[in-house]
Amino acid sequence: MTRSTRLRTGVAALAAAGVFALTACSDGGDGTDPGGEPAEEVSGEGIDDGTTLTMWTRAPLERQAVNAVEAYNSSHENQVELEILPNDDVEGRVGAAAQTDALPDLLAGDVVRIPYWTSQGIFQDLSEQIQGLDTLDDLQVGHIDAGTIDGAQHTLPFVTDISVMVWNKDLYEQAGLDPEAGPTTIAEFTEHAEAVAGLGTDGVAGSYLSGQSGGALVFTLLPSIWASGDEPLSEDGTSANLDSGSALDVYEAYRGLAETENGLGAGSQQETGATWTAPFQEGNVGVMPYPYTAVTGLFETADFEIGVGPIPGVDGGESTFLGGDAIGISSDSENAPQAWNFMQWLMSEDAQQEVFADNNDTAANLAVLESGYEGADPRTAIANATVEHGRTPVAVHFNEAFNAAGSPWQLLIQDAVWGDASTISSHNEAINTILAQ
Amino acid sequence: MAVMADTDERQVVPHRRSRWSRTDTLRGWAFLAPALALVVVFFIVPVGLVVYMSATDWTLFGGFTAMNFPQNFVDIASDPMFAKSLEFTLKYTVLTTVILMPLAFFLALLVQEARQWNKFLRTAILLPSALGIASSSLLFYALYSPQVGPLNPILDSLGLMDAQQTILGTADGALWATVVLVVWRFTGYFMLLTLIGVQAIPGDIYEAANLDGAGRLRKLRSITLPMLKPTIAMTMILSVTGSLLAFDQFFILTKGGPNNETLTTVLLIYKYAFETKKDLGMAAALSVVVLLALVIINVLQLRALGVGRSEEK
Repeated sequence: MTRSTRLRTGVAALAAAGVFALTACSDGGDGTDPGGEPAEEVSGEGIDDGTTLTMWTRAPLERQAVNAVEAYNSSHENQVELEILPNDDVEGRVGAAAQTDALPDLLAGDVVRIPYWTSQGIFQDLSEQIQGLDTLDDLQVGHIDAGTIDGAQHTLPFVTDISVMVWNKDLYEQAGLDPEAGPTTIAEFTEHAEAVAGLGTDGVAGSYLSGQSGGALVFTLLPSIWASGDEPLSEDGTSANLDSGSALDVYEAYRGLAETENGLGAGSQQETGATWTAPFQEGNVGVMPYPYTAVTGLFETADFEIGVGPIPGVDGGESTFLGGDAIGISSDSENAPQAWNFMQWLMSEDAQQEVFADNNDTAANLAVLESGYEGADPRTAIANATVEHGRTPVAVHFNEAFNAAGSPWQLLIQDAVWGDASTISSHNEAINTILAQ
Repeated sequence: MAVMADTDERQVVPHRRSRWSRTDTLRGWAFLAPALALVVVFFIVPVGLVVYMSATDWTLFGGFTAMNFPQNFVDIASDPMFAKSLEFTLKYTVLTTVILMPLAFFLALLVQEARQWNKFLRTAILLPSALGIASSSLLFYALYSPQVGPLNPILDSLGLMDAQQTILGTADGALWATVVLVVWRFTGYFMLLTLIGVQAIPGDIYEAANLDGAGRLRKLRSITLPMLKPTIAMTMILSVTGSLLAFDQFFILTKGGPNNETLTTVLLIYKYAFETKKDLGMAAALSVVVLLALVIINVLQLRALGVGRSEEK
């Protein structure tokens, strides 16, 4: 073998090794095998033996996550080390970790992202463990459904964030409305908003919409469609029905407000979601769908009175978007029994009481929601009652179709409320194409 | 004998040269090796990996699954989002460069003389360059915010903007808002580069021109601009390359909105990799396309400006 031949052979061998290393990195994660392997050795309460567990969650729910981890660490041998990821970094961090087998033991993520993660084998199959939970019948099901693929369950609720209708009682009073009676139909919603808009107060608007934020738009608008008895998504999450009669009625209500002077707050069409809660917080909005986690902090600090109610449908009914984060044990975890110990503890009534109810946050346990808020603000009970009517949309490609900046859902609302409403069906088709891929 | 001597000489000299040359070459490689290793590990290998990824089906969560060349490139070619992002990126690049470079050149000429107030001006103009682009973007995001920023109400009260609009809410508003940020952030830096070029021009050339009775404009046209050609080429390449690779400012200010109207090509790479498609193969293919486009544009720029031609002669 000549020197040049040896050199070529060496380079080829190195290249082959490189390719092998690259393909080896992807071992077990080709995306064709939905759901992770069952966590067979996990049972009952899991194991509390002093293991250090790693956990990731995202920044918007930091307060609730810290409360949960501190409560667990102070009462257990196991210790959870929590890492908070910036919201925009989550997908990249989880993807990179999945390829290098470096996922944390416990992984919590935005519930609308959970179906995709589960389909990619990010979580261990916890069907047996979840079915064995004493409190299973009392848990809200949205976060469990999000992690269910082919009947196998992978996730439980971590932090539940719901959408509610809020109104400014002071502005209602000035507009001659009953401050204690929020809207119970979409018609009442527009009527109330128009009354506040009619005040003609500088900077004050009837309602507000986050026109450029797909996430905020599903959070605020889908509940009205559910409450009206329509399904915005098919059961398997592969097609959308966002041009249904009730959906069109909801868009039409907002379009009417957009065409009314002061009907929708300035900047609604351009609002990216970064500041969408601010106008109501500043007392400049009459009535709007709102995240409950963002309004509880205002009860004490706002210099106006706030009303809270469920989000109504076109002709009545009520619903809410069960958002927030679901949690599961990652497929890379070698401490599944210990991680399960944390998860099953979090589902217990005591933990739900201590971590969520005592801090005025929304518990995932329906029994705690009913009886665990004795000393809490009465509006919390109203919000909690919406959970049993709440839904979480489940679709593998939900993020691309709805949440991503410039998504077809966002374009649909732009046209339905401010633009050419005749394009709604074509936008719905664009959403279908993404969901069905 | 003479023939023999010649033959011996021919035999010896090449032999000596060869041995000397090989040792020299080995020594050269030994000196070069550390730098070469760094270049290979940190530049060649990553670029090679991106090129390799661009020819594969490689998802964010699933990793490598199969070779699929040239499917990613075919997908890009028929992708309307790519065409839209490319059009916007080129528009932004032209706008930024056309505004930034003459402004920096003008300011460099303004502050080139060593007067007391010029020192203050130079520092003031250069100051924004000390801020990171992400920090600058956050600062401008606050300024443009209808909730906390002062600009929206001012423009509204002057009748320069519809009360229902926000600065970042329209396609044109978002584009110009970003251009203003970038010009504010980079003018000082480009002025500094131009100033160094201006001050490197020998003073006696200007003195000779003065003796010949040349006016300011004539000196600018016949001395300053021709002698600044390498500096202009460098700043233009920096501006064009930086604009074509724009990401941070758009990621923070507009996220590509409204309605994908300010989507740059690099932002699209990010979206495809981490947000919408979660397809690292396609994102890598897009990166390769951008890399090739940059190389071609830079070569064309250098040729157009004639940089390197005089040296070759």
